[in-house]
Amino acid sequence: MSYNIDDLNNLQLDVLREIGNIGAGNAATALAKMLNTKVDMDVPKVKILEFKNVDEILGEAEAPVVGILLNVTGDLTGSIMFILKYKAARVLVNLLMGRPAEFDAEFDELDLSALKEIGNILSGSYLSALSALTNLNIMPSIPDLAIDMAGAILSVPAIEFGKVGDTVLYIETEFSEGNTCVVGDFFLIPDVESYEILLKALGVIS
Amino acid sequence: MENCIKVGMADLQSSCHPGVLTTLGLGSCVGIALYDSTTKIIGLAHIMLPSSLQARNNNNIAKFADTAIVKLVEDMLKLGAKREKIVAKLAGGSQMFSFNQSTDIMRIGFRNVVSAKEKLSELKIPVVAEDTGGNYGRTIELFSDNGRLLVKTIGYGVKQI
Repeated sequence: MSYNIDDLNNLQLDVLREIGNIGAGNAATALAKMLNTKVDMDVPKVKILEFKNVDEILGEAEAPVVGILLNVTGDLTGSIMFILKYKAARVLVNLLMGRPAEFDAEFDELDLSALKEIGNILSGSYLSALSALTNLNIMPSIPDLAIDMAGAILSVPAIEFGKVGDTVLYIETEFSEGNTCVVGDFFLIPDVESYEILLKALGVIS
Repeated sequence: MENCIKVGMADLQSSCHPGVLTTLGLGSCVGIALYDSTTKIIGLAHIMLPSSLQARNNNNIAKFADTAIVKLVEDMLKLGAKREKIVAKLAGGSQMFSFNQSTDIMRIGFRNVVSAKEKLSELKIPVVAEDTGGNYGRTIELFSDNGRLLVKTIGYGVKQI
């Protein structure tokens, strides 16, 4: 029997939401340490969308977004992607680099490196929460980054989800620091073979 | 713009003249644009995966290159298109992330293009133009008046094929 996110019930979604919650909590702590400031977060929202609505995830399909992708190996294989709007990425990098929040320019090499590191730390925190909860050994690769149209970046996780179902599951997380608020989405993308391992480890299926 | 129809991910649409079909932000997905110049009937599919035969769940025929093309041609014939006059243009199939090129997730764009071409060749539909590959996203618009396909990108310009 194959498992598929289309069939998840509310209880199962709650489990995923809770992982999102703990993972995002860890991520907010990591972000706070990195920025050396207080970072608040909203309760993450677990969302499931049909493919034809995927481009609504970040507003417009053609708007530029930043995607940071890490491969996952270990007991669980697949990938994890953190995606945020171009402007939000600019704000985060400004915070990290100690620049004024409204500073705006093309990302330079150092900025891109900082963004990868942000993606690395956030995804890493998320994965360690998942690993702690499931007792699964989960190892992320080094991050890779792409900046392009939202639709194009989102096609990467969507295609992977497409191999098993007709929907995309993601976790919307909102971080805020002072008056600045940054919304980012996590896509945990298990390989086809890893769905069962993940759901079993979570106690969702026996 | 009159009668502009949006084609979502894993979706396909066809239209009579005058019409415009558009799909936004193609990444590794491929946009398959079909056109019959005699009747000016157009069709556009936004496919995500190369083959319905390799998938566990293949209910959504617009998701796969092989099944989407067959359905799109059927839809266009219903609108009155002439089967032997249909030509194809392809766009998309890029590789958004550069690392780890050996794994399937990374080569999916390329495989989508190959699979689309195989199916088109099997159906004897000539591919008259393509803008595929690379590492960037594309938005495409297909116009019924002359079958032109407008390809827009961020940072790689706009072109017409």
